[in-house]
Amino acid sequence: MTQCISNIPFLAVAALIGTGLSIIVFNRNLIKLVMGITVLEAGVNLFLVGLGYRQDGGVPIYTNACHTNMVLPVPQALTLTSIVIGVAITAFMLSMIMVIYRHTGHIDAKRSRTLKG
Amino acid sequence: MSKIVRTVSELLMAFVFTFGLYMIMHGHVTPGGGFQGGAVFASGMTLLVVAFGAEKVEKRLRASTLSVLESTGALAFIGLALGGVAVGFFYNFLVGSSVFGHIPAFGPNRGDMWTGGTIPLMNMAVGLKVIAGLSLIVFVMALAVGKGRSEQ
Amino acid sequence: MRCFAANISLAIVIVFLAVSALLVHPFGDPPAQMDEYIIKHTQRETGANNAVTAVVFDYRGLDTLGEATILFTAVTGVVMLFRTRKGQTTR
Repeated sequence: MTQCISNIPFLAVAALIGTGLSIIVFNRNLIKLVMGITVLEAGVNLFLVGLGYRQDGGVPIYTNACHTNMVLPVPQALTLTSIVIGVAITAFMLSMIMVIYRHTGHIDAKRSRTLKG
Repeated sequence: MSKIVRTVSELLMAFVFTFGLYMIMHGHVTPGGGFQGGAVFASGMTLLVVAFGAEKVEKRLRASTLSVLESTGALAFIGLALGGVAVGFFYNFLVGSSVFGHIPAFGPNRGDMWTGGTIPLMNMAVGLKVIAGLSLIVFVMALAVGKGRSEQ
Repeated sequence: MRCFAANISLAIVIVFLAVSALLVHPFGDPPAQMDEYIIKHTQRETGANNAVTAVVFDYRGLDTLGEATILFTAVTGVVMLFRTRKGQTTR
């Protein structure tokens, strides 16, 4: 039971990833698809940050630090990587959608036959 | 955009750019770094584009200049990584030397700027790269939107 | 029918995620041998006070190189999508 209560942040991660997946599966609008991917990404980032949290830990920076009990630095570095990649991929997806809209006149993934194959 | 937005963004611009550069420069002693500071700086650029329009900004700062700056940042980053290749890729060869070479004692301290070896230089290279890359994305997308609107 | 199958598979995935969220290590007490080493030695080995920056640019520099490559590729792709006939970008 204590495990259940202490793992609430990971349950929030599961909720975020589930929300993102259901948005991706049940929507045909390409903009909404990108929103779903962004929510999924937020879930993954939350998982990485929550994975490295330590009880009563401070930021892993020694400048004017109060004590040397610090949270883990490696998951935070990987989160940084993940955030930058997410920004780049989101920009690329949005510009692809702009091009698709200019060519076909709509952003419905089901209606655009040209997207298949 | 309206005159209010333009005036406020003119005032805010200097602070946003200074904060971004501060985050890049102090990346090895305080929270921040090349990616974060570059993102802050690029958000200032986005503010400029939103307030004044992409065509007006593009007259001052051409997109090809940004492209060259981004490639310069990437090449500087790889060059710094190759600097320590005698020991290993990404080896920090400047620790203990005369450039950014101080080694702090273990434990909390007040923060010495002259530490970190290659890390501050890599922060600057990556910061240049991120500034140029994100600004270029915003520029190009804003220009494309404006062009599509004028064609219709 | 297709929507029904999507519902079922999505429910399975969400249940799997929720169960596995309970099976991770307890929140706030991660296994940390590698991170302990980095926290202890980052000042002596890299000279930087900021352990996260030390990991990003020194211990795991290859990750950052890949990240920079992805950023560069995304920027190149965006500029390439919006170029015009003359080969000049965006003009």
